[in-house]
Amino acid sequence: MTEFSFWDILRNLLLAARWTVVLSLVSFIGGGIVGAALLFLRIGGRRGMQFLSRGYIQLFQGTPLLMQLFLAFFGLGLFGIDVPAWLAACVALILWTAAFLAEIWRGCVESIAKGQWEASASLGMGYLQQMRYVILPQALKVAVPPTVGFSVQVVKGTALTSIIGFVELSKAGSIVTNATFQPFTVYGLVALIYFALCWPLSKSSQLLERKLNVAHRNH
Amino acid sequence: MSLIAITEVKKRFGDNEVLKGISIDVAPGEVVAIIGKSGSGKSTLLRCINGLETIDEGSIVVAGAQFLPDEVHLKALRLKVGMIFQQFNLFPHLTAGGNVMLSQMVVKKTPKKDAEAVARKMLDRVGLAHKFDALPDELSGGQQQRVAIARALAMQPIALLCDEITSALDPELVAEVLAVVKELAAEGMTLVMVTHEMRFARDVCSRVVFMHQGRVHEIGAPEDVFSNPRTPELRQFLGVQ
Repeated sequence: MTEFSFWDILRNLLLAARWTVVLSLVSFIGGGIVGAALLFLRIGGRRGMQFLSRGYIQLFQGTPLLMQLFLAFFGLGLFGIDVPAWLAACVALILWTAAFLAEIWRGCVESIAKGQWEASASLGMGYLQQMRYVILPQALKVAVPPTVGFSVQVVKGTALTSIIGFVELSKAGSIVTNATFQPFTVYGLVALIYFALCWPLSKSSQLLERKLNVAHRNH
Repeated sequence: MSLIAITEVKKRFGDNEVLKGISIDVAPGEVVAIIGKSGSGKSTLLRCINGLETIDEGSIVVAGAQFLPDEVHLKALRLKVGMIFQQFNLFPHLTAGGNVMLSQMVVKKTPKKDAEAVARKMLDRVGLAHKFDALPDELSGGQQQRVAIARALAMQPIALLCDEITSALDPELVAEVLAVVKELAAEGMTLVMVTHEMRFARDVCSRVVFMHQGRVHEIGAPEDVFSNPRTPELRQFLGVQ
């Protein structure tokens, strides 16, 4: 039987952690773009669009991410479309992230005083101009801490994609455990790597919050 | 010909009819004060003229532009009438100068240099040329309101609507804002203002409208309305027996 050194275990986990990072980035950026589109529809779109966007958000917030992954992976398979695990993982995570980011950002936009909308409207600006030049620059400040905070959830959310066979950190953990029979060491390391990824994010969210509070001191 | 023609305007919020058929004509250069108790519909009327509220019946025509609730007509209307708010509503992320420049650049597509020149001129007009680079946070309430006036003026409106523009100010700051308004009136700007400053209404306005329960209760020259109130409601509102 082959002996595995600590270094072997760690190296394999770190290599797999790359995919966790890539998947997190893809979900976050993709989710951010889709989420922004949802936000615009949710706030200022026609009534039908508002309804659709709200339904979408409720659907994705109200079902487990795991089910969404299963549906993306096996659901399309039922129609004879062969979906590779990485694609299903990316699609499900993007759609899931979008729903949450849209809702977080909606809260931020709605925290901007109604008078800002009225003043900009009375100066003749249209909806997109109001958003672009008046509302979003202010909402962005409010949005940074909760958005960074949510990115932690995305990183941890990627762990679920191991279930549909995408080899990221968690999946690599179970593979390495099966080979080495050292579950405590392996999963301990897996947990530490997740922590190393998430902790700086939570910390920066806290720092940003404090920094923005300083900016608000004059109010 | 009247500049602002309000004809039989009705407005409901649910079951509550706030405006019950209002008709007022405002001639160019006129300064009209709207007075009345809170809840009498005076702010709502002003907001209707600017299209911030839609009307249920009647018509509002500003310099030939009919009020219709679609984006093209609303924009045309809002380019003609500027509005000043009780809470100033300056954009807090922009400097005083930036506040005055923004809509010129975004709505009228004025080049930045020209917009800045206009902004400096307008801020100078309200006595705040030296505050061009100050953020709203760093200004007093009176100064903020004057920047808001400059911001509206920069769009070169033919009429200004003022919605209780001194009500959120400390007493000692009211005068500086009213002085600016008075100057505008003297220059011939058409003004429609909801106000609680009775003395100002008396001194500066050409006509006073007393609104009560969603109707125009009395309308006339300030000396008539203030010295000679005909109805008990106005007498009670003015506190004279």
